Amino acid sequence: MGKVNNNVPLEYSTEENNLKIFGFWVFLGAEIMLFGTLFASYFTLSGRTGNGPTGAEIFEITPVLLETFILLASSFTIGLAIHAMRLGSKKATMSFMIITLLLGAAFLSVEIYEFMHYAHIGAGITVSAFTSILLTTLGTHGLHVTFGLLWGTFLVIQIAKRGLTSVTAGKTFIFSLYWHFLDVVWIFIFSFVYLKGMM
Amino acid sequence: MKEFFAQFAIPHPSLLIYIAMASMIIGGIALVAIVTYFKLWGYLWREWITTVDHKKIGIMYLLTALLMLFRGGVDAMMLRMQLAVPDNSFLDAQHYNEVFTTHGVVMILFMAMPFITFFFNYLVPLQIGARDVAFPRLNAISFWLFFMGMGLFNLSFVIGGSPDAGWTSYFPLASNEFSTSVGTNYYMISLQIAGLGTLITGINFITTIMKMRAPGMTLFKMPMFTWSALIANLIIVFAFPVLTVALAMGTLDRLFGTQFFTMDNGGMDMLWANLFWVWGHPEVYILILPAFGLFSEIITTFARRNLYGYNSMVWSMLMISVFSFAVWTHHFFTMGQGALTNSIFSITTMAIAIPTGVKIFNWILTLYKGKIVITTPMLYALHFLPLFTLGGVTGVMLAMSAADYQYHNTMFLVAHFHNVIIPGVVYAMLGGLTFYWPKMFGFMLNEKIGKATVWVMSTGFLLAFMPMYITGLDGQARRMYTYSESTGFSLLNMVSFIGAGLMTVSFLMLVWNIWYSFKNSSRDISSDPWDARGLEWATHTPVPVYNFAIVPNLEKGSPEAFWDAKKNGVELFKGKIEDIHMPNNSGQPFIMSIFFFIAGFAMVFSMWPMAIFGLIGVLATMAVRSLEDDHGYHIHAHEVEETEKSYDKGGAK
Repeated sequence: MGKVNNNVPLEYSTEENNLKIFGFWVFLGAEIMLFGTLFASYFTLSGRTGNGPTGAEIFEITPVLLETFILLASSFTIGLAIHAMRLGSKKATMSFMIITLLLGAAFLSVEIYEFMHYAHIGAGITVSAFTSILLTTLGTHGLHVTFGLLWGTFLVIQIAKRGLTSVTAGKTFIFSLYWHFLDVVWIFIFSFVYLKGMM
Repeated sequence: MKEFFAQFAIPHPSLLIYIAMASMIIGGIALVAIVTYFKLWGYLWREWITTVDHKKIGIMYLLTALLMLFRGGVDAMMLRMQLAVPDNSFLDAQHYNEVFTTHGVVMILFMAMPFITFFFNYLVPLQIGARDVAFPRLNAISFWLFFMGMGLFNLSFVIGGSPDAGWTSYFPLASNEFSTSVGTNYYMISLQIAGLGTLITGINFITTIMKMRAPGMTLFKMPMFTWSALIANLIIVFAFPVLTVALAMGTLDRLFGTQFFTMDNGGMDMLWANLFWVWGHPEVYILILPAFGLFSEIITTFARRNLYGYNSMVWSMLMISVFSFAVWTHHFFTMGQGALTNSIFSITTMAIAIPTGVKIFNWILTLYKGKIVITTPMLYALHFLPLFTLGGVTGVMLAMSAADYQYHNTMFLVAHFHNVIIPGVVYAMLGGLTFYWPKMFGFMLNEKIGKATVWVMSTGFLLAFMPMYITGLDGQARRMYTYSESTGFSLLNMVSFIGAGLMTVSFLMLVWNIWYSFKNSSRDISSDPWDARGLEWATHTPVPVYNFAIVPNLEKGSPEAFWDAKKNGVELFKGKIEDIHMPNNSGQPFIMSIFFFIAGFAMVFSMWPMAIFGLIGVLATMAVRSLEDDHGYHIHAHEVEETEKSYDKGGAK
């Protein structure tokens, strides 16, 4: 630890950062199991609607498409933030981080609207096994996004205060891994929950 | 106001619970009084509560595990006492349900898990030549989350009532309708908090082992215990998220009225059973693989031979870890999956016997032509081999799905899993504890008392559990609080009770041994009292905070690096002493876990403002950590040299 390697990107320059990035990949492995379990449960329960509505009856394409485009765009902007970080531009990094967080907040707003809509039309979380697992799966993803917003905000503060150091660069890179991961999960939700449910 | 306090009352009180309550309160007050009287608060805070040293965290895991061993042991004695004679009224049905539930949860999750985590913590960095784990602060968070989960679970005993739906907590039994007290809320939430700690441990140790091995230590030069730890932690990372989801669903069902495991509105109670065992079966391998690792260390040391079939040992563990995710349905063969599914899971289950058999034969072949020295740890290992094999064979019997209709939910099953867990996991833990005791504390445990303990324990074990195979085949159901005289089970149950009593005696002998050795054992021991083989023995005793003054070099080494250094003159420590970078202590893990505890306790009783307060506290501690700028500190080379010299002068070695 403490040794600095200048031949690699800033986020990989210390031994400590290498460990953290590796450890975070392992954590993402656990996250894959978490969402995998939720998806497996969703496939098991998606047809068990009891007296409640089916997916085809409640899904609406407009908010879902909106959420999808917003989140995909935020994945692109966090990629740009990392690119800017590697070029050493503190200002551009921060700008793209802030855009990413704003897009994340927009996604979350649409999702909250969607949840309120479901509750309004009689598809609340307690109605049937289907609505329970649907809203739990979406909610778990939404909670991850919420946590990401808090995390990202604190990262922006740190970059503003301390600039791009090996510490802040490592943290930002790990945050970008997390954000991309949430995007991948959303693509699965979009394909296997919404599209499949609407067909 | 009265209603507010009424919810904390025990729903089914009895004299026993009041006695336990009183003794817990008196014990707590006494503990606080002692710490205050000897002015130990500052010491506790500085040296233990805020520590990030893997050795100290390991020892805290050990203390928790031993405490829980006795709590779970008392539960076990109560169960056997109730069944000792027919139509007994020592416990009623409700209390019996609560006791077997807490016995199971405490022994698996709050005794066996911290015991293996203690070995991960203490041994893995020493065995791979590292100064600490990859994320020392996260390691402290792991411990304190586990500790708070343990505390929350045990609180159920005196506030609100214990869980009573079995350690498997099957729905619909565990639903609000059939488990009316808050006990099952405690189960769901305390396991969630402790499980989070375990998941973090898994991530930490995978990173440590994959990234922090000493130069020259390739994967296939790792000591066998480290291999077992790596594989067990991989299983942790892939199995525990499943439990997380299952517990979250169970919590939502009980607190918010969702329909996951309900009987109508599309709910599916069998989904819980499936999710639980998708985690639960790998969980037993999380426990047994490190046990296998410890036995490998003990057997090679006292057979004075290197391990027979090192590569096949590793590959067999990897095979077991893969199969462990493909057998879960064998826990409920009788619940109507159909013949095809049952057959597939029968075959995968029996297949696990193959890599396990490979390991048994490897240990036997290690003993073959070895110069066997019978010490206490070795005696545990030698008792383990035949007893565990017996448990494995009855496991293959249970794996046959057609025959399982006879054994299912009988005492036969209870006998089987105790037969693998006690000689497998518990013997490994106690053998390993005796083996590594001098490394940790600088004195040996008494060998005479130690060996006697093993014999009493094995005798007690056989008396306690062999009769259950017979009564189980004859149809004695598990989890039944009593039976009638006419069943003819009385004599064998009395034998079981006597056996359980002997096991209790053996655990008390262990305590006596620790006390006796603390008083009488010589402190003038070398750092290698067993003539051992692994790299962990190349450190001083007691181990200095930085573990190794010079990072060992294993380019010429083997999995038994210390043996190479002693007998073949391989030089492990090359170069000169440099400044050592160390992490700072921190109180944040403890404070954050307290907030988790507050949130968890509030959720058990659906006290939402308090729960939200707790969760905000958790997030606030995370925010503080995020903004903190912590670079650790350095131990300078001359300080290290002075410490090293103090070891050379005598006293500690």
